[in-house]
Amino acid sequence: MDQLLVVLVDGINYAAWLFLSAVGLTLIYGVMKIVNVAHGSFYSLGAYVSATVVGLWFRYGFDPYLSYLALFIAALLAGFVVGPPIERFLLRYQYDKDEVVILLITYGLFLILEDVIKLIWGVDPYFVSEPYELLGNFEFASMTYPSYYILMVVLALLVGLTLMFVLKKTQFGRMLISVIHDREISSAMGINVGKIFILTFGAGCSLAALAGAFTAPTISVTPGLGVEVIVLSFAVVVTGGLGSMAGVALASIIMGLVRAFCIHFAPELELFVIFSVMALVLSFRPRGLFSLAESRKI
Amino acid sequence: MSNPTLLKVSGVNKTFGAVTAASDINVSVLKGECIGLIGTNGAGKTTFVNLVTGYLKPDTGVILYEGNDITSLPSREITRLGICRSFQIPQLYNTLTALENIEVSYGIVSLSAHKESLFTKTESMIPGYGKNIRQLAEESLERFGLTAYRDKLTRVLPGGVRKLLDIAMAMAVKPKILMLDEPTSGVSTEEKFDIMQMVMKAIRKDGTTVLFVEHDMEIVSQHAERVLAFYDGEIIADDVPEVALNDAKVLKYIVGDKHSSSVPTGKQHA
Amino acid sequence: MTQQISLKKLTLLALPLLVASPWMPQWMLFMVTIAMANGLVGLGLMLFLRAGLVSFGQALYFCVGAYTTGLISHFFKFNEVLILLLLSALASGVLAFALGFLLAKYRAIFFGLLSLAFSMILYGLLAKSEALGSTDGFNIPAVTLLGWLPPSDLVRVSILWVAFITVGICLIFINGLIRSPRGLLLTAIRDNEIRTEYMGGSARKTIHLIYVIAGVLAGLGGAIAAIAVGHIDPTMAFWTTSGEFIFITILGGIGSVLAPFLGALVFGVIHTLAFSNSPNTWQLLIGSTLIFVILLLPDGLWSLTSKFKRVK
Repeated sequence: MDQLLVVLVDGINYAAWLFLSAVGLTLIYGVMKIVNVAHGSFYSLGAYVSATVVGLWFRYGFDPYLSYLALFIAALLAGFVVGPPIERFLLRYQYDKDEVVILLITYGLFLILEDVIKLIWGVDPYFVSEPYELLGNFEFASMTYPSYYILMVVLALLVGLTLMFVLKKTQFGRMLISVIHDREISSAMGINVGKIFILTFGAGCSLAALAGAFTAPTISVTPGLGVEVIVLSFAVVVTGGLGSMAGVALASIIMGLVRAFCIHFAPELELFVIFSVMALVLSFRPRGLFSLAESRKI
Repeated sequence: MSNPTLLKVSGVNKTFGAVTAASDINVSVLKGECIGLIGTNGAGKTTFVNLVTGYLKPDTGVILYEGNDITSLPSREITRLGICRSFQIPQLYNTLTALENIEVSYGIVSLSAHKESLFTKTESMIPGYGKNIRQLAEESLERFGLTAYRDKLTRVLPGGVRKLLDIAMAMAVKPKILMLDEPTSGVSTEEKFDIMQMVMKAIRKDGTTVLFVEHDMEIVSQHAERVLAFYDGEIIADDVPEVALNDAKVLKYIVGDKHSSSVPTGKQHA
Repeated sequence: MTQQISLKKLTLLALPLLVASPWMPQWMLFMVTIAMANGLVGLGLMLFLRAGLVSFGQALYFCVGAYTTGLISHFFKFNEVLILLLLSALASGVLAFALGFLLAKYRAIFFGLLSLAFSMILYGLLAKSEALGSTDGFNIPAVTLLGWLPPSDLVRVSILWVAFITVGICLIFINGLIRSPRGLLLTAIRDNEIRTEYMGGSARKTIHLIYVIAGVLAGLGGAIAAIAVGHIDPTMAFWTTSGEFIFITILGGIGSVLAPFLGALVFGVIHTLAFSNSPNTWQLLIGSTLIFVILLLPDGLWSLTSKFKRVK
């Protein structure tokens, strides 16, 4: 029983991380119908920017408990400063092309950004564990866990609930839903699709950066972080159903729990597990757990 | 001396949520018939075509072709058995030329005729047709008057030409039953009659059974020997044009009372 | 439509290279051999592209081919190259046949991502496998050609010849495939699958078929690469390896069965020059080149050859 509780706690923490890492990708796909491979490099960017910001924050002795705010703002900056220009000056002109072509372009961007990050921050690892250590540990069912786990879960819930609120209760959200369903008709009804696209892209990249920023204190920040993230995020997003927020949430929970279960009882299967879940789900529900209805073609 | 029943649709129903697209459809089609399908938009004409050709599966009911149950077969099997269709919005291969489009069609025919062998070439003669893909494609273009568009990409072709190409492609499989979905829609009024005339001449030469969906009542009365009128998923009339087009319900729901006196009864050329 | 090559043209191209090979420097022999191996994978990807599909997981079969060769020669001490190639092709083919049942049902992004998933599953399995050397992999002993063990100065040349002959046979086969009625179906599926089904063509069957063929080609490529490098490791299945294959195919274009090899050669040259000089900007270079090619030269480098021809 105790073992199951350990699996539960680990699983929820990993689910939170998966959700935070993947939600930006599904947001961008849902609204813009593009698969943003550069998502992985925004995660990296978020991690590096936060490494610098946190490093400076603690060096100049600012309030340690406000460092989380600094992390948050650093991530938003990373996403909204770098993301929108990419959409505005490169991607915007490619929307008439096949979705695979756009994917390949974002793949090229991913490669470029990975090296740009190396050029700016170098290849040596960064350690910024202060925000992580600051929170200490907590006990649950006779096991000790880092309290940072709770922060991640709270963050994931915050992000999820905010997105849900925006989509369902705000006018901007309604416009987003309209664009998700049909770009052309939305445009014909007077929605400024261009503005929505640039904001969504910025938001999606910021969410990736946010995940990276808040993960940075728990790891050593090194080049190549984004590589594994993008593949895992793909798996989560596709399993949940491209463009579905609920899908990403559910898929994260399933994969988080299954992975935690496997790690405890069969550690060799770690990487295997996430993709196996995806392959399994897709063989029963070819478009993922939740998907938009398709209209008649002929 | 009656013709055999080629197609028999019995008790077919299809709903999409709250929409009834087909309600208790019962139709028998004899070999060699030429039937016009009429009805307002959303009445179930295209659904009927989709159901018979396997794109949709009925909720209930049976579709028999030459006595065999084809209800649950996929479209490609049904085509191989001898029922083919053209599309309301022409379904073409947009990165290829008109000639290449038809070559692809004969290519598929060739593939099945050669039992899917990987080693046949496109220059090989197709068993049962006596010619190779290129020759058959050129002939087909000629038969439908499309030779002028041979090397043009389908993307740039005018609507009427695209429609003809769509139909020419369907003919490549030498179907016993050909279902045309709005063959003259999107074609200008001046061209409609000529195009229909050309299509019917090209098709009926081989004695193919034809069902065509059409909104223009003049074309229907000119070419159809029998009319099936659809409304709200049901067939409300099934008779020769003179009778069906003047049926009370057909006039009310489809043709319009005001126009009843202008519906021609008999084959006249406009 | 893809240009078709004749056996004559192929021999004319290959002959000078083969004749010159004993005099080529070792690094060049290695580079061309790897280009042949990568080109084979690209050839398979080209078939997919013609059908409108992109596989993000060809590294799966590349790796299976490499590991089949590796396992048989390292653990079973059997190193006759022709048998190794055959068995690698067989292993990849059988796996592709099995997975094809699932994958042939998918299109577009889903096809790409599912194929990616399978390659990452293999990576995960291999990386954690102690018996196979985990992430370090293991070495491959020298191979024999019909019983003859080449002396060390002729090893690279003989591997190159084996690669050339393998590539030649594959090219003839693929060329014939594209010219067959089945080949016409590829473009048909890409442009309008519904129409193709309505005409009686089975998209699923065709995609299953080219999935197996592409798998075999990638397996052969992996086997050749393994032999040339003398070492195999799990990164051969990693998604970035699949990314390189895609890059090669985009670079070369789909205008001819030779195009992937042109892409692979150019990639090989860039890699040799750039990676050793500046490993931290290698990805920058590849990424920029990829975007450049997609935006400005969408038909790949091969399209440049037809531009020169028209000048006549």
